[in-house]
Amino acid sequence: MMRKLLLTLLLSVSSTALAAEPLTVYSGRNEKLVGPLLKKFTEKTGIEVKVRYGETPQLAATLLEEGDKTPADVFFAQDAGALGALGNAGRLQALPKATLDKVDARFRSPTGLWVGASGRARVVAYNTKKVKPADLPKSILGFTDAKWKGRLGWAPTNASFQSFVTALRLLKGDEAATAWLKGVKANEPRVYKNNAAVVEALGRGEIDAGFVNHYYLYAAKKSNAELPVANYFVAAGDPGALVNVAGVGILQGTKQVDNARKFAAFLLEPEAQAYFSQETHEYPLVAGVKTAEALPTLAKVGSPDLDLSKLDDLRGTVKLLQDTGVL
Amino acid sequence: MTRRPPGWLLVSGLMVAALAVLPAVYLGVRAAEADADTWALLWRDKTWGLLWRTLGLAVAVTVCAALVALPLAWLTTRTDLPGRRGWTVLLCVPLAVPTFVSGYVLLATFGNGGVLEEPLSRWGLPVPSVYGFPGALLALTVSTYPYLFLALRAGLLAQDPAWLEGARSLGMSPARAFWKVTAPLLRPAFVSGALLVGLYVLSDFGAVALLQYDAFSRAIYVQYEGAYDRTYAALLGLALVVVTAAVLVLEVRLRGRAGYHRSAKGAARVFSPVSLGRWRWPALLLCGAVVAVGVVLPVGVLVYWGVRGLVGESASMMAPALGSVLASVLGAVASVLGALPLAFLAVRYPGRLTLAMERVSYVGYALPPIVLALSLVFLGVRALPFLYGTLAMLVLAYVVRFLPQAVGTVRSALLQLNPHLAEAAASLGQSPSTVFRRVTAPLLRPGLMAGAALVFLTAMKELPATLLLAPIGFETLATRVWGATAEGRFAEAALPALVLMAISALGVGLLVSQEGDAPRG
Repeated sequence: MMRKLLLTLLLSVSSTALAAEPLTVYSGRNEKLVGPLLKKFTEKTGIEVKVRYGETPQLAATLLEEGDKTPADVFFAQDAGALGALGNAGRLQALPKATLDKVDARFRSPTGLWVGASGRARVVAYNTKKVKPADLPKSILGFTDAKWKGRLGWAPTNASFQSFVTALRLLKGDEAATAWLKGVKANEPRVYKNNAAVVEALGRGEIDAGFVNHYYLYAAKKSNAELPVANYFVAAGDPGALVNVAGVGILQGTKQVDNARKFAAFLLEPEAQAYFSQETHEYPLVAGVKTAEALPTLAKVGSPDLDLSKLDDLRGTVKLLQDTGVL
Repeated sequence: MTRRPPGWLLVSGLMVAALAVLPAVYLGVRAAEADADTWALLWRDKTWGLLWRTLGLAVAVTVCAALVALPLAWLTTRTDLPGRRGWTVLLCVPLAVPTFVSGYVLLATFGNGGVLEEPLSRWGLPVPSVYGFPGALLALTVSTYPYLFLALRAGLLAQDPAWLEGARSLGMSPARAFWKVTAPLLRPAFVSGALLVGLYVLSDFGAVALLQYDAFSRAIYVQYEGAYDRTYAALLGLALVVVTAAVLVLEVRLRGRAGYHRSAKGAARVFSPVSLGRWRWPALLLCGAVVAVGVVLPVGVLVYWGVRGLVGESASMMAPALGSVLASVLGAVASVLGALPLAFLAVRYPGRLTLAMERVSYVGYALPPIVLALSLVFLGVRALPFLYGTLAMLVLAYVVRFLPQAVGTVRSALLQLNPHLAEAAASLGQSPSTVFRRVTAPLLRPGLMAGAALVFLTAMKELPATLLLAPIGFETLATRVWGATAEGRFAEAALPALVLMAISALGVGLLVSQEGDAPRG
């Protein structure tokens, strides 16, 4: 057994030494979600890809720690804030204009350092046995109403929730954000570790409504089709209608600029965009690719106008969350 | 008895200690970048509140873990309890249960619509709330008592029966003899196990987050989760290092300077087991109850998930299982090897320096694992680029993280070993390496085995360092489980999690069967 293992190790070492240098990707996106897509990239371009999978914030911290010695060529991140943080630290290089222009200006870096590949809308998920959609407020700000006391769930340590609070601060100001946090806190929401846990709890009937990203519902329904949970979209333009993106950036100092650019471009091709739409139930960001049937179109969701790079400014948000006792 | 340690021993000890202190150095470098605003964040009342809550939880969990572990350790080493070895293995398994599973079990049992709701409502009783302190206490006690269990077992196995028999022959009742003789001799083992439990609680993030208990480690994690703010996180981390240092100093006071080894002539015999008689039924009930909560429940939940999802795509578990075993075994062996010089220096050559070196090995233990992983990234890209991205880097990370588990057990085993045995062998003309191989190592075996078992079990489920430092494409069962649960695909997590627990149980089983009738000094 041991000998066989050593042999495999040796073989893998020598084979990587012989082949052309593969493209190294740090992926904050899950292997189950993007693994098949990366395989398609290799099939199509002949470029081998090595992937380190991990949590987006931890990979971002690792990339910051590695600095210019990083083995990574590309960062495929779960949210724009992480890409913004790396951009601010001077770790990303500009993408070609042709790639950037494929995507609506709201969903890419204004300085061209990263581009969104798929969209993820904030929604209110609710238990269909306990809540009727008509009872839900038009604005996320409506959840401070006392009638929601003891019925809500959220995940305040979760990056996507914090991105939403940052957006709320940027759009309505710190005071309004504080008032909202205090108002919802007064309704004694249950606290969960992440979006998936909120959706699970909704299924159990532990809570009536929760603040999550739109696609967790579809993942949960894969395990249990009868889950009594549905998504509700607040009115267009509301901070609660924020669409954040998973996106891609090329690391400063990579020796494989061409291949890295091909990778970024590939994620915006119709095939990849359709994959996001069908397999992960995310929003395609390139015009002309159809949104999954269960979802309202991106135009209808109406994400508020905001530079998503600024979502990396989370220190103020974390302080606000701590001052209001949410964290 | 202060002698100068041999140079090679001191040098190897210093190298291990330097590695162990790395996370603190890293935090120092990052914290040095802090401006006044960031320091102000640290000195807020909120920070102190967090600190007290965290320490309170650590003390409570340690006490509860001791109440569970002591009777179990005694029952499985000193009595004729039926199926002692089987129980020992099962009682260690909770250490290998991934946190997300144990947390989910609690929620599925006590949560709304949970298992307890219906039976309790029939009696008109409300379901006790699992959130906050009680839930965190329960979850952490179940997942950490094996630290104490293994440490106490090793301590009990290494004891010389002559003492207990002496006390009994002088007319002490069995109970009195236990508290007057056995228990005091267990002090080093107890303190080392308790230290691991307490410090683990300081570092734990999973349980406190899931059960909504606001603790220090959670505050650190929040910074890395969303804020990309390494400076503030470093300050919080350093605060935790300071707390750890205080605990370590306190422990030195507690452990005292007594000798714990036998000094009489002759060799120790094997204990004749206490006959439990009718008491074996409540004893079995106790073992059964702990195993039910710590092992059967999580396995049940996993099987339920697996069956519910009917494991659509049953990907091969071979590669990740091999990866887990390879990395964990290397981590366990390397940690025990690293622990040996530190423990030897501290026990055989006591002094300020050697004591400090042994203490330092605990510094990183109370830090959230993500901090540790980042400190190794920091070291790797700067000082060890040739190791960075290889399996060696991951093993190094396991050593830094799990070293205290090995140091504690090796140290308490060494304390119970009479130095004159080794000295006698040396005086008969044996070289130091022969003395170690033929005299010391066999006598230390229970301690070394317990240390290796602890590291193996915890390395099997290690995640943050494995994700960031393993060679790209290197999969373990833990990363598989993580990959499936991160997106809420619980059904796909079931199989790798069950395989992980089975291999862990198998590993402990092997070690326990080795433990057998080791000679004692």
